[in-house]
Amino acid sequence: MDIQTSQIVTPGGPRIMAERPVRISARDVNIYYGEKHAIKDLSIDIPDKAVSAFIGPSGCGKSTFLRAVNRMNDTIPGCRLTGAVRMDGRNIYEPNVDVVELRSHVGMVFQKPNPFPKSIFENVAYGPRIHGLAKSRADLDGIVESSLKKAGLFEEVKDRLHQSGTGLSGGQQQRLCIARAIAVNPQVILMDEPCSALDPIATARIEELIDELRQNYCIIIVTHSMQQAARVSQLTAFFHLGTLVEFGGTDEMFTTPKDKRTQDYITGRFG
Amino acid sequence: MTDTAYQKLLIKRYAAERRFRAYGAIALILTSVFLLYLLVDIVRKGWPAFVEHHAALEVTLDASQIDKANPAAADYLAIVKDAWRNQFPDLSSRTDRKQLNSLLSQDAAENLRQQVIDNPGLIGQTVKADVLLSDDADLYFKGLSQESDTTLLERLKKQIEITRHISWRLLTNGDSREPELAGLRGAIVGSLLTVAVALALGLPLGIAAAIYLEQFALRNRWTDVIEVNINNLAAVPSIIFGLLGLAMFLNLFGMPRSAPLVGGLVLALLVLPTIIIASRAALRAVPPSIKEAALGVGASHQQAVFHHVLPLALPGILTGAILGMARAFGETAPLLMIGMVAFIADVPQSFTDAATVLPVQIYLWSDLPELGFQSKTAAAIMVLITILFLLNGIAIYLRKKFERRW
Repeated sequence: MDIQTSQIVTPGGPRIMAERPVRISARDVNIYYGEKHAIKDLSIDIPDKAVSAFIGPSGCGKSTFLRAVNRMNDTIPGCRLTGAVRMDGRNIYEPNVDVVELRSHVGMVFQKPNPFPKSIFENVAYGPRIHGLAKSRADLDGIVESSLKKAGLFEEVKDRLHQSGTGLSGGQQQRLCIARAIAVNPQVILMDEPCSALDPIATARIEELIDELRQNYCIIIVTHSMQQAARVSQLTAFFHLGTLVEFGGTDEMFTTPKDKRTQDYITGRFG
Repeated sequence: MTDTAYQKLLIKRYAAERRFRAYGAIALILTSVFLLYLLVDIVRKGWPAFVEHHAALEVTLDASQIDKANPAAADYLAIVKDAWRNQFPDLSSRTDRKQLNSLLSQDAAENLRQQVIDNPGLIGQTVKADVLLSDDADLYFKGLSQESDTTLLERLKKQIEITRHISWRLLTNGDSREPELAGLRGAIVGSLLTVAVALALGLPLGIAAAIYLEQFALRNRWTDVIEVNINNLAAVPSIIFGLLGLAMFLNLFGMPRSAPLVGGLVLALLVLPTIIIASRAALRAVPPSIKEAALGVGASHQQAVFHHVLPLALPGILTGAILGMARAFGETAPLLMIGMVAFIADVPQSFTDAATVLPVQIYLWSDLPELGFQSKTAAAIMVLITILFLLNGIAIYLRKKFERRW
């Protein structure tokens, strides 16, 4: 892993990085919204099978970078990116990359639970169906069931799979969205403040779930809650004004931050 | 602030609220009164057109006048007129006979004719024929007559049994110069054909344009220009569309005059902006999170739009279609320009036959001097409103059916 000048690696970081292969690797990424320079010269390596948390004050660019990983920013008019974001060594911004295929490898969970206004089954089955992952109805049933199980929702909804997904509670809806993301077999799951609309109990369930999912996926989570970052992540990245200030092991980051800005932020002096 | 000053402020605030509510209530009451007055007036004027009067006339079916082998060929009107005059043997002068004849409709013998064709065995017998009275007599029996000399009519009432029937003719006949025979079928069929063309063209075009502009088109100066123009088009007076239709469809493309096809094309142009604007608003109202969710699981842009956004926007789009359809149904001015204003007695059989539409028929009838057409005009308005209610009802039912929560 190369060490950027703006990036001070805490001691725990290299250890975690060394144990795991790099899944996402960004080099000299700049993102612009029209005139606004939202991400400045960002370089980062994100390992597989770990939870990386992005923290930072509002407007620091953490969500922008998250959405660059599955090219969700493509849908925003006037949004431009320079540099390279590699997933498993391949630059996802090359012209020959199919964005639809990319998003089947990089799932996303949004801030507000956004199940489709369809049945629970249809919510989970939609992705596999459009990607042709299921050869038969039984196949599809299997995918839906296993996805719901991985998302820890199956026991609660198994008797009402064909009722509307919007009738679930907020936490259940968010787990349904996670199941929907898992159903297309992604390697990476992006979570954009997944618990900000949930109560503490639902949040705890989602956090447990994230911890289980990390065994199999590369998870990136944007959060405003430093406690949450500390609870669920192994690595933490601190963003400030569009730059990546510090990226390293979560424990070290919260106990012995290397950068003054990081320290100010986590001690609550700004943000 | 002192307590009393604050109290005064509070009282003022509540008073303002009460005033505003009162204005609202007054507006509502005034609107209801106007609407009610309009409806009551139309119904009061229109109901007589839904009934007609017949006379039960004794007619001798002379075998010399009707060929048994071909009963349809006989001149039944002459037979009925003979029998009619025989009822009043004392009225033999030319003017009297003319006046007597004028009480019978031109179609007075139609029932008898059908009766005999159905049952040729009646030839040679004397039967009670159900003969349709003319407009003048009909109005007298409805109590609407303005004739000063009613002696003959009073005599008729005493001498012959007069019966009252529902006038299905109003719905089953085409237009006619005779008020008692004039019906709306031609106009209804013409309206349906015209609006069918307008919707068949306007709906898919409008929805497709809305989807493209709202979901696919790049935001640049061109789309801005197009958007402004669509909004302006919605405000263009409808007669301009008629002139456009006249210049383009009739003069340039040489399409048939007075045809529902051309009327439909013009109305499609007219309702297109309404449908586009309503559909765009409906598409915009779908939460972006739904589309993002679809994109997030790897749906293509088109899949996200067609699988998720469009179904959710459908109720709103249907509302736009209802508005467009209602407008198309009630539009008169542009159709005048393309010749749909002619007197057309035949019911149109195809999209290229000469036809007229309900609102134009109302306009035509309202212009006629005969008293009988006054109630016909009001009745035609009732029919138009009923059809609009029915169509809107269907559209609202469909909208409710497709409506989903999210």
